[in-house]
Amino acid sequence: MVIKGAEADVEFDEDNGIVIKKRLPKRYRIKQLDDIIRRERTKIEAKIMADARKVGVPTPIILDITYDTIKMELINGVTLKEVIDERLIERVGEHVGKMHKRGIVHGDLTTANMIYSSEEDVIYLIDFGLSRYDEEMEGRGVDIHVLFQMLHIYDNYDKLEESFIKGYKKVFDKAEEVLDRVKKIEKRGRYKHE
Amino acid sequence: MNIVLGIEGTAWNLSAAIVEEDKILSEYSLPYQPVGGGIHPRDAAQSHATNIKKVISTVLDKADIDPKNINGVAFSIGPGMGPCLRTVATAARALSLLLDIPLIGVNHCIAHIEIGKWLTGAKNPLILYVSGANSQVIGLRGRRYNIYGETLDIGIGNAIDKFSRAFNIRHPGGPKIEELAKKGERYIKLPYVVKGMDFSFSGLVTAAINAVNREEFSIYDVSFSLQENAFSMLVEVTERALAYTDTHELLLTGGVGANSRLREMLKIMCEDRDVKFFAPDKKYMGDNGVMIAYTGLLMLKSGITIKVEDSTVRPNFRPDEVEIKW
Repeated sequence: MVIKGAEADVEFDEDNGIVIKKRLPKRYRIKQLDDIIRRERTKIEAKIMADARKVGVPTPIILDITYDTIKMELINGVTLKEVIDERLIERVGEHVGKMHKRGIVHGDLTTANMIYSSEEDVIYLIDFGLSRYDEEMEGRGVDIHVLFQMLHIYDNYDKLEESFIKGYKKVFDKAEEVLDRVKKIEKRGRYKHE
Repeated sequence: MNIVLGIEGTAWNLSAAIVEEDKILSEYSLPYQPVGGGIHPRDAAQSHATNIKKVISTVLDKADIDPKNINGVAFSIGPGMGPCLRTVATAARALSLLLDIPLIGVNHCIAHIEIGKWLTGAKNPLILYVSGANSQVIGLRGRRYNIYGETLDIGIGNAIDKFSRAFNIRHPGGPKIEELAKKGERYIKLPYVVKGMDFSFSGLVTAAINAVNREEFSIYDVSFSLQENAFSMLVEVTERALAYTDTHELLLTGGVGANSRLREMLKIMCEDRDVKFFAPDKKYMGDNGVMIAYTGLLMLKSGITIKVEDSTVRPNFRPDEVEIKW
């Protein structure tokens, strides 16, 4: 089965238990820019996935890598988009806290990028294509802001935000400072005429 | 039959129109042109104050109707530049009291969306709204417009203007940079900043200005590369939102939507995703009075009017604050 994402085709090879993620060229952008984006994102994605796992954030193990393709282990589960609740989002808060503490910003924290394995009762983070090493409050704040924006599609988003914050604070000593920044980010970058 | 007079004046363009149900009866604009540099809010408001009488009397004359037949006065209540908003609001309040008809405070962003839907026939599109101050990816969810992605600092139009101002190109810079970009031959690597569903332009603009100032690259090549990066960022986020929301219509609106390269990129992306691409006539992409009159008409029919004493302008009014009852 192949899922055509916005950025890459992801092939699920159930028999062999592997996932092959290939960044396809985009016809809308010029080749030079397209090559840079695909090459850099593939490289960074692989490196950060390994680093996140080292600090206790479950990510798929990488089996092979080329300039536009990552071959990794298949995680059996469903996206958090389908099964989200307060308990699980609190766990996500812990994962994100651990990554931020390690200096990793995920860059695309949406519930579609989180896989829940009910067998193991573990949430895996996937799609590190926009991730980077970043220890600034701004980067961390934007990371969480992006997730909160996406949580607005759920009716109980305020409860979900609360639970996320609970988990995040549990593992990260600079959580308060980051959350203050999140509030500031929400207010700016909008209309600043006056 | 409802007839609404609408006035737009959130920034550079002062424009009024009269709309009757699905017909534009009249429209007229007197835009503000900065002498140099960018839009100065106070100067723009001064220009609007000078021209508003002429703009309103012209649309009344051109529509050839008895003012008594007008059922409502709509104005853009925000977002926008405070002094400009206040000038337009004052005129709208006066008309409402004089003609004894309801006042309607329209959200400027939503008006861009509604006129786009009306003129193109798009049913439930995802919207890319790109103007001077605004750059947002928006979609209707339930009874509200949800912002899926937006700029973390400045709007795309202001970003391009900032670049053009650095080289003494007069406002608006967009069309001129588009021309310069056509002569660009070489792509120069510049910052490309997408953070999930959001994006940022200020670092890109600074790097582009520096690239020209260091005289390493021509303004043609830099303009070309600046456009390629900025528009690719917008298209990437738009594509991701289309995928996430599983939407098969895209509506482009806002003044920067007139840029041919941006339109071309969006068209290609939509073709590849089997998404229908909609864009209204360029005339109705930028700020205009028709969009305010038409949205005001939708609101009037849903009973959403505002009392004069409650009609304070809202410079930071966000589209997701409005309940869509129509």
